Amino acid sequence: MYLELVRIGKTFLDEKQGTKTCAIAQIDLQIEKGRFISFVGPSGCGKSTLLRIISGLENSFEGEVFLDGKKILEPHSEVGLVFQQYALFPWRTMCENIEMGLEIMGMGKAERRAVAKEYIRLFGMEGFERLYPCQLSGGMQQRVAIARTLVMNPKVVLMDEPFGSLDSQTRNDMQEFLMDLRQKRNDTVLFVTHNVDEAVFLSDQIVVLSKRPARILRIFEINCSKPRDRTSKEANDIRREVIGILRRERTDTSPVVS
Amino acid sequence: MRLKKPGFIMERYIPLLVLLCLWQVLCSLGIVASYVLPSPTEIAVGFWDLLTVGMPPGHLLYYHILYSLFRVSVGFSVACVFGVPLGLLMGWSHRFHDLFSPITEIVRPIPPLAWIPIAIVWLGIGIKSAAFIIFLGAFFPILLNTASGVIAINPILIDAAKTLNATQRDIFFKVLVQGSLPSIFVGMRVGMGIAWMTLVAAEFSGVKEGYGLGFMIMTARDIQRPDEILAGMIVIGIIGFSIDWLFRTWESRIRPWG
Repeated sequence: MYLELVRIGKTFLDEKQGTKTCAIAQIDLQIEKGRFISFVGPSGCGKSTLLRIISGLENSFEGEVFLDGKKILEPHSEVGLVFQQYALFPWRTMCENIEMGLEIMGMGKAERRAVAKEYIRLFGMEGFERLYPCQLSGGMQQRVAIARTLVMNPKVVLMDEPFGSLDSQTRNDMQEFLMDLRQKRNDTVLFVTHNVDEAVFLSDQIVVLSKRPARILRIFEINCSKPRDRTSKEANDIRREVIGILRRERTDTSPVVS
Repeated sequence: MRLKKPGFIMERYIPLLVLLCLWQVLCSLGIVASYVLPSPTEIAVGFWDLLTVGMPPGHLLYYHILYSLFRVSVGFSVACVFGVPLGLLMGWSHRFHDLFSPITEIVRPIPPLAWIPIAIVWLGIGIKSAAFIIFLGAFFPILLNTASGVIAINPILIDAAKTLNATQRDIFFKVLVQGSLPSIFVGMRVGMGIAWMTLVAAEFSGVKEGYGLGFMIMTARDIQRPDEILAGMIVIGIIGFSIDWLFRTWESRIRPWG
């Protein structure tokens, strides 16, 4: 299996108050190469924490993550992470932001500029190369962030509510943009969102998580053709079912059995 | 938004002109004695005397300015050379911060001018003691602003760099140094302002070379030339303002983002 999550759990300790909060109860998941997996769940259920664990940024958690047979121990560009708040370097231009990883790698200036230019073309951002993040729209900033991650050719791309702070029109554009990109590149993507429509539109598989502490409630396979019709019957059926599970999860006050 | 017509730009100088006229009238009518407050025209003559005759005679304004600038440059440069790297380290490492902050917190509240006597004991009267006093005035604003600039960097940028394979060294140079640049500039501007103020006071207490704006003003006081005292004060103000303007221009050159 390409990406394996083995008995992942996470408990936050608050040393000042001496309290423990269990964010993730136990998650086991196996993911095939080239698939687009969405995680949906109630807000605050630990979805983002899960991505941080997979990315290697979290240094205390239970369980193990294997990518292509190798255990993930620390952050590495093989696991790309796209943040909701874009996390672009404000002091670097669009082009320099995209080049950051290549620069760290030690690639020469001319070479990395050529690679960045190629991505800028692929992402339809020509003409904005020399602008700083603060001069770009939200949608454009997020495209730069995605380009900065993909330029490293990661084995898996993690996206943490990447379109969460965009207006709905831009969000739709970005979803379609991501869909097009997947036709061209076939990356393996783990996508966290609280937007069920988005998950249904983009994913091959939707993993529905419970409220905190997170565990997997259900996994949906979506086999509709791409490009997808947002309003097709299959899409609507899945959407209805996922929304139903989430609503039950929200209103259910019985103690969680983990 | 108000249009910037030439008339409007002039508008802001009207109160200043009115004040100058009032001042001139009060002096010309003899309501204010010129040995207390010389009139603007007398100050202009005093300025001319400083340029052509010098104070003390033979010591021209031009040289006083050069000597003062030289003392400030030395003290300020040393403050930057130590303040910026130490500030970066203090912002970067909690351990370093905890080790050094007790020292800085005790030394910082001591006014730089309170160091003048001991500086003269240690270093004698001359460039060394003057530069030392200026160093103390400029050092702490630079140190503390740099450190707080590093601390204020959004941790998500450090995470983003880590997922692009950044080593600690990369994070330090490509994220922390770059990200704290705006605060470093604030520190340098504040530090330069204090350095300039400190310089004049340091020169009041004596200079070996017989040059310096503070020394020039004190000499003018000794021989009862209030017009030259005030002309000297205005020169100090204009130079201070010009230096700050240079810093702001420099900053907007090398820091074009937001």
